[in-house]
Amino acid sequence: MTRISVNVDGTTYEDDVEPRLLLAHYLRDRLGLTGTPIGCDTSNCGTCTVDLDGVTVKSCSVLAVQADGCAVTTVQGLARDGEWTALQRAFHEQHGLQCGYCTPGMIMAARDLLRENPHPGPDEVRQALEGNLCRCTGYQNIVRAVLAASGQHDTSGHQVGEEVPA
Amino acid sequence: MTDQAVAPEVGRRRLRKEDARLITGQTNWTDNIQVAGLLHLAVLRSPMAHARITRVDVSPALERPGVIAAFSGADLAEGLGSLPCAWPVTEDIVLPEHPPIAVDEVRYAGDPVAVVVARDRYAAADALEAIEVDYDPLPPVLDLETALAPDAPLVHAGKGTNRCYTWPLSTGESFEAVRDRAEVILKRRYHQQRLIPNAMEPRAVVVTPLAASGEYTVYSATQIPHILRIMLAGVTGIPEHKLRVIAPDVGGGFGSKLQVYGEEALALTVARRLGRPVKWTESRSEGALATHHGRGMIQDVEIAATREGRLLGLKVDLLADMGAYLMLVTPGIPILGAFMYPAIYKMDAYEFHCTGVFTTRTPTDAYRGAGRPEATFAIERIMDELAGELGLDPVELRRRNWIRHEEFPYTTIAGLTYDSGDYEAATDKALALFGYDDLRAEQRERAKRGDPVRLGIGVSTYTEMCGLAPSRVLRDLRYSAGGWEAASIRMLPTGKVEVVTGTSPHGQGHETCWSQIAADVLGVPFEDVEVVHGDTRAAPQGMDTYGSRSLAVGGEAVHRAARTVVEKARKVAAHLLEASEQDLEFSGGVFSVKGSPEARKTIQEIAFETFTNHDLPDGVEPTINAEHVVDPENFSYPHGTHLCAVEVDTETGHTRIRSYVCVDDVGRAVNPMIVEGQVHGGLAQGIAQALYEEAVYDDDGNLVTGTLADYLVPSAADLPDFVTDRTETPAASNALGAKGVGEAGTIASTPAVVNAVVDALRPLGVHDVRMPCTPERVWRAVKEASA
Ligand code: FES
Ligand code: FES
Repeated sequence: MTRISVNVDGTTYEDDVEPRLLLAHYLRDRLGLTGTPIGCDTSNCGTCTVDLDGVTVKSCSVLAVQADGCAVTTVQGLARDGEWTALQRAFHEQHGLQCGYCTPGMIMAARDLLRENPHPGPDEVRQALEGNLCRCTGYQNIVRAVLAASGQHDTSGHQVGEEVPA
Repeated sequence: MTDQAVAPEVGRRRLRKEDARLITGQTNWTDNIQVAGLLHLAVLRSPMAHARITRVDVSPALERPGVIAAFSGADLAEGLGSLPCAWPVTEDIVLPEHPPIAVDEVRYAGDPVAVVVARDRYAAADALEAIEVDYDPLPPVLDLETALAPDAPLVHAGKGTNRCYTWPLSTGESFEAVRDRAEVILKRRYHQQRLIPNAMEPRAVVVTPLAASGEYTVYSATQIPHILRIMLAGVTGIPEHKLRVIAPDVGGGFGSKLQVYGEEALALTVARRLGRPVKWTESRSEGALATHHGRGMIQDVEIAATREGRLLGLKVDLLADMGAYLMLVTPGIPILGAFMYPAIYKMDAYEFHCTGVFTTRTPTDAYRGAGRPEATFAIERIMDELAGELGLDPVELRRRNWIRHEEFPYTTIAGLTYDSGDYEAATDKALALFGYDDLRAEQRERAKRGDPVRLGIGVSTYTEMCGLAPSRVLRDLRYSAGGWEAASIRMLPTGKVEVVTGTSPHGQGHETCWSQIAADVLGVPFEDVEVVHGDTRAAPQGMDTYGSRSLAVGGEAVHRAARTVVEKARKVAAHLLEASEQDLEFSGGVFSVKGSPEARKTIQEIAFETFTNHDLPDGVEPTINAEHVVDPENFSYPHGTHLCAVEVDTETGHTRIRSYVCVDDVGRAVNPMIVEGQVHGGLAQGIAQALYEEAVYDDDGNLVTGTLADYLVPSAADLPDFVTDRTETPAASNALGAKGVGEAGTIASTPAVVNAVVDALRPLGVHDVRMPCTPERVWRAVKEASA
């Protein structure tokens, strides 16, 4: 067991964990922060994507002990006082989700993209989301949502969203 | 409907109610459930495709830290029945026993052989390694044709054959007769590769026992809580009324969660034995082995026509891979397809013959479209080959043969009555959106200048049958249940409304669409409606969600229940307003007396007054709640035209989708935004079959594409933007006019894409490319054609 101290979505947790415990399981099983789902065992699907000290990671490929002393942001930490972020609103408005299982990871990955590149083109969005699989939406509305959140026109030509930091 | 609400919700692009919890991570996935004393179940699986089990020793696992119990198949066998097959398609079908856990023989790599239960999931997974199992290998059965040879090794030795069933259908003239007068006959073989459904949420089940009363709550990531409950009662012997099944948020299904899985029965059995709550969650690679696969067929197709391109007959000979066991509807999948091979075309003869074959591979069952994509693929591919043979444009060949708008309702040669549709309108709209003529010109131009990157254009004019299904038809097909669907509407005292549906969504947006339907009929605000589903206590009656049945059958039940609420409320209103029922108008949720509009009661006020029951006459039951069970009178038949342009690099074999256009007719669209989303998702899965996905086994029967690293589920970077549009001919089989949309994109897109790939290469002498059309396969096809 190793003692770790992690700030998750603004709350600091002190825990003894097994060295092999994955961050994804720590968040879900130990902290009860189930907004970060697990979709694979090969780091391929991206459903478990979170922000670890400003770096976007797949939490199934990070050990909880590696998060010691770090700040983790999950999808559950995005909305402030019930106000959704621009990306969350855009996913809703552009129908960027169906079953929603991939959605936390998609939102976290898209957030990372918009931080780096506030005005991506559609192809850049597609490339940036390559590590996040969705089985329901065919991606088109996810791409639209990301473009909309960046304050750009979506691919159908609708003016959507407004420019707000993702 | 006589009284129509003022501002219709139906037809409106309503943003989804479901989204709020999903985009903020406040979800209810089954794996989220944590209860006091929860134990984690892990399953040890056969590493071999086929073997006799000679010894299982679970005792070393018990030594491991955190382990509470471990069981072999033999330990659990008592009291555990066979997993059900609800669709014995013929009287003499071979129905092998299907134990939830293998006792003496394993029949596919992944077959469960032992389980452990531990205090956390890591301990459970670790302890599996300690279990000792000795296997005596048996020969695998992998090839569908040699499996039928008299000396073939047998999957189920006691049954004496690998043939599960044969199912013939022959209508119209005999194929032999039309063959004699045909001027052109083409014969082709198509392979429907096995697919792994890969819903993003892995399967999971949590069982919580209430020891004192002998009741169990089963949470499962399932599409079919109602069917599961009945079936689990049968498998475990726990009476149905002691079982409550809850499907919380479910992260996609695509047919793979239309199942009664061994792990569900095992978790229930272990929870019962230990009197403790038990959870099992599959890993992705475990799911690849143990969640059923889709497709897996060899189709021999023969078509007969005149030189002018009039179809005379179609003959289909099908080998369908059942896998090792028959699961819930395994044998029925090809039978659903049997009716769809003639598609939208008129012809004089149709012969179909299917043989179900056991192999030592993961069982197959429903996967998005279930039988209908396979059928559509075969007919739409061979139509293109016929067009090529006759030197006709493939769209023109279709025009010469399809059922014309004025001919509906039309009974096809397969015996289905298509109620409505307009193939011409959808096709013309799609051709215009696509810029068909310009693309053809570019194609010729590229071929002329010998561009190594060829343009190919693929068309698919599909139809499907949804709205499963009239119960009497299911009876004729030997399906063990009915095809009805239930809904009830509870008017709460405060005027809020609970719509209780027997459908069980997993991403389709039922909460939103059902609210739209109820809000319209009742004239109450959309926000005042809540949809209750997926819990056999709260929504006790239902047939669940699969086969694009929910809207056409379940939505219709909601619609009818709401109309009954209005009629019951009308009686109460008449009493309260001291008017006769005939003198009441109902609009926008308000009953008013004709001629004196100030005399009015809202339906929400009436809900309160029936609740208090202070002023109802004797004999009037104080409720305006209503319930309806709808058994559809016919299937519904969405259709459409899909067009795909691809660029195929003949030097590398790489295919790029340049544009994709589809016009679908799904009848009346309750929520056009959701319709579009469903089409997109369907396209992605259909294109994936055409270009990317395949479950590959090695010669020993091991699955070699068992993770998302080896099995190519396309990402955003692999797929294009789609252009989607609609035409609308309302379904006649339900008052909503809805046809169903969940599978349309998948059914139509696979042949459209492969037709495009072959079209690009036909001038080079290529007539087929086997799916998935990977760069290597395309490259080889080009090389072989030019050799
Ligand atoms: S669960 Fe982490 S990438 Fe799939
Ligand atoms: S919305 Fe279902 S996986 Fe993306």
